[in-house]
Amino acid sequence: MSTAITAVQPQVMPAKHYLNDNYGIRSWLLTKDHKRIAVLYLISITFFFFIGGLFAAMIRLELLTPAGDLFQSDTYNKLFTMHGINMIFFFLIPSVPAVLGNFVLPIMVGAKDLAFPKINLMSWYLYIGGALFSLATMVSGGVDTGWTFYTPLSSGFVRTHVILMAVGILIVGFSSIFTGLNFIVTVHRMRCPGMTWGRLPLFVWSNYAASLIMVLGTPVLAITLILLALERGFHIGIFDPALGGDPVLFQHMFWFYSHPAVYIMILPGMGVISEIITCFSRKRVFGYFFVAFSSIAIAVFGFVVWAHHMFVAGVSVYSAMVFSLLSFAVAIPSAVKVFNWTATMYKGEVSFETPMLYAIGFIGLFTIGGLTGLFLAALGTDVHIHDTYFVIAHFHYVMVGGMVMAYIGGLHFWWPKMTGRTYPEGWAKLAALITFIGFNLTFFPQFILGYLGMPRRYHSYPEEFQVLNVLSSAGASVLAVGFILPLIYLLWSMRYGEVAGPNPWKATGLECETSSPPPTHNFEMTPVVTTEPYAYGDEEGTVVP
Amino acid sequence: MSHSQTTTTEHHPALAHQFDSLEQQKDASMLGMWAFLLTEIMMFGGLFAAYLIYRLRYYEAFVAGSTSIAVTLGAVNTLVLIGSSLTMALAVSAAQRGAQKVLRGFIVATMLLGLVFLGIKAVEYHEKYVEHHIPGGVFGKFGPTDIEKDLQEKDHKTPEAAAQIARQTEIFFCFYFAMTGLHAFHMLIGFGLMTWLLWLSRGNRFGPDYYTPVELGGLYWHFVDIVWIFLFPLLYLISRTQGAH
Amino acid sequence: MAQNGSHGHPTHGVYYAVFGALVIGTLLTWGVAFVDLGIFNPIVALAIACTKATLVILFFMHVRYSSKLTMITVAAGFFWLMLLISLSLSDYLTRTLTLGQ
Repeated sequence: MSTAITAVQPQVMPAKHYLNDNYGIRSWLLTKDHKRIAVLYLISITFFFFIGGLFAAMIRLELLTPAGDLFQSDTYNKLFTMHGINMIFFFLIPSVPAVLGNFVLPIMVGAKDLAFPKINLMSWYLYIGGALFSLATMVSGGVDTGWTFYTPLSSGFVRTHVILMAVGILIVGFSSIFTGLNFIVTVHRMRCPGMTWGRLPLFVWSNYAASLIMVLGTPVLAITLILLALERGFHIGIFDPALGGDPVLFQHMFWFYSHPAVYIMILPGMGVISEIITCFSRKRVFGYFFVAFSSIAIAVFGFVVWAHHMFVAGVSVYSAMVFSLLSFAVAIPSAVKVFNWTATMYKGEVSFETPMLYAIGFIGLFTIGGLTGLFLAALGTDVHIHDTYFVIAHFHYVMVGGMVMAYIGGLHFWWPKMTGRTYPEGWAKLAALITFIGFNLTFFPQFILGYLGMPRRYHSYPEEFQVLNVLSSAGASVLAVGFILPLIYLLWSMRYGEVAGPNPWKATGLECETSSPPPTHNFEMTPVVTTEPYAYGDEEGTVVP
Repeated sequence: MSHSQTTTTEHHPALAHQFDSLEQQKDASMLGMWAFLLTEIMMFGGLFAAYLIYRLRYYEAFVAGSTSIAVTLGAVNTLVLIGSSLTMALAVSAAQRGAQKVLRGFIVATMLLGLVFLGIKAVEYHEKYVEHHIPGGVFGKFGPTDIEKDLQEKDHKTPEAAAQIARQTEIFFCFYFAMTGLHAFHMLIGFGLMTWLLWLSRGNRFGPDYYTPVELGGLYWHFVDIVWIFLFPLLYLISRTQGAH
Repeated sequence: MAQNGSHGHPTHGVYYAVFGALVIGTLLTWGVAFVDLGIFNPIVALAIACTKATLVILFFMHVRYSSKLTMITVAAGFFWLMLLISLSLSDYLTRTLTLGQ
């Protein structure tokens, strides 16, 4: 009933919590506490987000003018490659699961920690290991093959440090695998009494589904990269046609992981949106079971559509038709979610705090991105728009307009829980607005550019495309402001923000019953769950002490 | 033996803080190991899928390559690994009974059989090295002249066809070394696991209420055995009816 | 929580029986490889390999005595592998196909 963010009486920080339980660098680097590991990830991926952003800035600077006058073409190739690799492997894939999931998921199921805390810490060290390889690659000249490493360009042609980067991706892939494995076992075996599958928050369902993908898909990427390294190192013709190999096989194996990877990225974000929408509509999620099962459906269907990245690569027309049909089908569960979120908001008491702004932005932008994916799934249109800026606009709409917005929204939503303090709402709303405007200004012109025929991965273009490119670059500078602002005020809030209290949003869920920040062992006593999820409108909490 | 008598699991020294009971810990650990084996199925599986596609494409070369590797050694290795799986299963059973010496004996037996396996593998690899069948930069330069000759004389191929098929055997050998190499790498990890189990068992800590690490080690070892169960026919038995080369 | 893995174990007799079956399977597949069955050679070889693997999974790895979740997990792994293989092959095997004309 009330839309106030903070409670009526001023809150007090708990005396002991996971942040002040133990001091010193060793207590952080050797921690087994999932919450501290989440914070370690938060720092690491933020760093790589801005590295990826730097590369994006350089790309957009080059594309201000039609001529390739800022960077040489080889350098430009390195820019978009490192942008893609850093953003995908070192930011997007770990973002929600490793930061928000690690922090919140065990609390949401009523557990003291994840099933395997030491493996969780090892996941972070694997991430750092892979990240070091990525930094080493960047420092030694970068890779220029595109993040897709298509052969035989990557296996025999370029002189850049492909193997170094491949090793880094291999290592960070194992980080992802172990996070997913941890989540799966936690959700199956660590739920507190009364927490049945039907009472799990949808955030848990989404992360569970994403974890299934991590465990089943990432190993195929691992073996693909190993084979690529073998070919490159020993001159064997696995993927190189000049040596008797098959370049399309590389693409099959690569995309078998990399397509489900996009669902690894988006599913946890969708979980965040479910939590935010229901809280700020003060209404249970419409169609809980539909949303839950759609997560699983996306995870399963996501594995049978990969060749839609290869329609013009030389696959047979018949298999292309099958993959095209399946790609249309995979859009359905996503649409189910969008309809359910909208229905949740309908006749709810909607308030527009910052997380809700990001969530509503997500729904609109993800829908646009998803619908444009259908153009690409249709064989006929794909021939025309494949490898153009249409593709780039499509995946940035889902990945940035969707996923990054969800991540930032989730960060704001659980920031009080993680730090015990609220952020300045005014600045946050402003940042959200700036981000939304900047994002659309950056990427909407790219749909048009792609449709008009501008190819991707080119550092020069015909003059008639300049206006749209300038618009896009201008938008990128606005977007950058929108991303930098939260970095500043979130850090500021850790010292000067208002104390939040256990449940600043008046949300439901087990994480709202424990203090902000939570104690190291999460709960004073193991909770017992007796109510359905999202019991908004109830005055009681969901926990029986 | 006081540990194994304890049934009040809250005080069991092996119970980790995040679990409420040893039973929950065991269930979680088993599920975790199976989830990890899932990733291994997919990793080897990716290799198998690539192998399958090339076998369809270069069938004759695969036959020629397959007949050039020592099927007897491969079959013996299969039996050796199956034996090591048996000893491993018996080791788990011993751990469950708390029979510490038997447990350690069977773990050592498993490792010994594993060593035999790797020894035979080393012999095979050496044979390939001597015959110039190692894929890579020098493959085209030195061989496989013996395969080329056999293709001409025994299969009556034209010199050009024989040369082409012989060149294509490089991809077969690539998969031979990649698949058996990855498998051997996993066996080495298995040795590490066995050593760790031996170390863990020194305090007589395994018994009816806690033997999870041994069971987990067993799952891993059996999985490595299963991979070889598939590798043997796929690599060694493609087509042996044309007579040995 | 559903029935979890406080499972029984096979007796040593079962272990030895399975071991015997695995040895026989190995000798069988080795021997059959030298008999010309045409297209059935790889099929027989794979069938024997699958049988052996199933025996190891069910008895050595105790899946026969484990929870449903474990069985689903194992099945899922092989199912996903089949997805990779079959859908990739669906491309390669239909490249030269001409339906209709």
